[in-house]
Amino acid sequence: MKVLVPGIGGRLGKMLAQRLIELGHDVIGIDRRPFRDAPAGVEMHEVDIRKRAAEDVFRRVRPQAVLHMATVTHLVVQSEDRYRINLGGTRAVFEHSHTYGVEHVVFVGRHTYYGAAADSPLFHNEDEPPMGLASFPELADLVAADLYAGSALWRYPSFVTSVLRMVYTLGPTGHGTLATFLRGRRVPTLLGFDPLFQFMHEQDVINALCTTLDKRPRGVFNVSGPQPVPLSMVIRETGRSNVPIPEMIFSMMLGRLGLPKLPAGALEHIKYPVTVDGSAFKKATGFVHAIDEKGAMRAYREAFPRPIR
Amino acid sequence: MRSRARFRLPVDPEVRERLDRLEIPFNEYGVDPYGISKHYLGPSFTALKFFFKHYFSVESHGIENVPAHGRVMLVGNHSGGVALDGAMTHASMFFEMNPPRLAQGMAEKFLNKVPFASQITNRCGHLTGLPEHAERLLADERMLMVFPEGARGTAKLFKERYSLVHFGTGFVRLAMKMKTPIVPFAFLGGGEAIPTISNAVSIGKLIGVPYIPVTPWLFAVPLPAKLEVYYSPPMVFEGTGSEEDEVVYGYVEQVKERIAGLIDAGRRRRRGEPVRDPLKAGAA
Repeated sequence: MKVLVPGIGGRLGKMLAQRLIELGHDVIGIDRRPFRDAPAGVEMHEVDIRKRAAEDVFRRVRPQAVLHMATVTHLVVQSEDRYRINLGGTRAVFEHSHTYGVEHVVFVGRHTYYGAAADSPLFHNEDEPPMGLASFPELADLVAADLYAGSALWRYPSFVTSVLRMVYTLGPTGHGTLATFLRGRRVPTLLGFDPLFQFMHEQDVINALCTTLDKRPRGVFNVSGPQPVPLSMVIRETGRSNVPIPEMIFSMMLGRLGLPKLPAGALEHIKYPVTVDGSAFKKATGFVHAIDEKGAMRAYREAFPRPIR
Repeated sequence: MRSRARFRLPVDPEVRERLDRLEIPFNEYGVDPYGISKHYLGPSFTALKFFFKHYFSVESHGIENVPAHGRVMLVGNHSGGVALDGAMTHASMFFEMNPPRLAQGMAEKFLNKVPFASQITNRCGHLTGLPEHAERLLADERMLMVFPEGARGTAKLFKERYSLVHFGTGFVRLAMKMKTPIVPFAFLGGGEAIPTISNAVSIGKLIGVPYIPVTPWLFAVPLPAKLEVYYSPPMVFEGTGSEEDEVVYGYVEQVKERIAGLIDAGRRRRRGEPVRDPLKAGAA
């Protein structure tokens, strides 16, 4: 099958490309970033998904499936640019897919869609609205991209749309928000709060994406692996030290003393849990995770031992 | 990696043995999917054991009425200015049931915003009181502990200690929707342990709680009063949970009457009046 992967230049995109080649697919990649050590067989196009050249790729290649991973999640990118990439890019992917006869489009979104708040329930279902957005408006572009992708379910009945809300990734590449948060020797947390964190080993993430391509489930799905565990446990089991800081002081420290400059709403995500119920995806595709929470934490610790200083 | 000794609070051997017999799917780290942790339950039940068995010498009646397995809702009255009733019923299910059961309360929403309180209530299984949590826990065959009087119930003054305030209807709708038996129970003595003479609402708001109970000795430090719990046989209401209000009110009244009957019989027993079987008196 011809699979087009916008956003192939990311860590997960590269791993996915490798796996798809092994499975015998023709892989076509689109990314602004170069993919220098691309495995043999990957047809790489270094173009912006929103530009004309990207549409030319759709026209010429005529992919059967598109796996859209070209969204920016980290908050250091200027928000205007993020909006353009996340919304403009997603729109381009769906419109070109419609025009050029794609059979299946997969939007790879995140479980942070639901947001973190004191009164939000554990294990969100897919039908819940993004209630936590009020406390963290900087995620609006990602939430909007997710909802826009979901609208393709009625807008474009000619192809199957799968919108995936994936939990955090944790594994030996150190890719993702949680892995980055855990990178240092000491991990700052909020004193008196210890939220549950839900994550999957990156191999399981790739397995879930390949299963989605294979089974073509239509709809919006939470994708989760093993059970969530408290943040303090993630910190301990990855060999880090937990440094609990009172919330007021933590807010003042953002952007100082080596802490990144994050919006205040980001603190909600280390104060309250975002956990999802992944049973609908498992039922629709038969997906079963291979690596449990212990295995994922150990894999990360072995790849990124506690820094000496 | 450098090994670091971790500080752990002491855990009573009986508590440890009972924790191992809880029918909860703990992972290798002693944490279940909801984040309930053996490392929190151990010290918590060790402390509760002293209060349950010695300080208040809680006496329970009709424990055989509580199902040993499967989904169930314990529905009771509030008694005492702080959640003494919840803590002791929670202890009663753990120390007196065989196998022990974990009664999971529904925590007031404000608690999740309070540092440490949020962490401790969640790790001990008392999730925020949301309908989604209640449904999910029952679907997982857990035991829910519900006080339909809500915060209005804990605010009862000493003179109102044996009265019942308005019951919400959500618990009956939930029980019907989730096909769950309700075990009504009466909790007696909390009003004597913490005799509230007034509730300081303004000071409470300042620190983010609904109110602070004021006792003759100012703070809500409980006296070693005798506490009692009466568990009635289960009540089952057939339906879907989306019935008309009149139907649901009728069922709520039945539960409320059952609890009022138990309180009355227990009260007469406490006064030394002859009551042959307080549980039957409650059910009558």
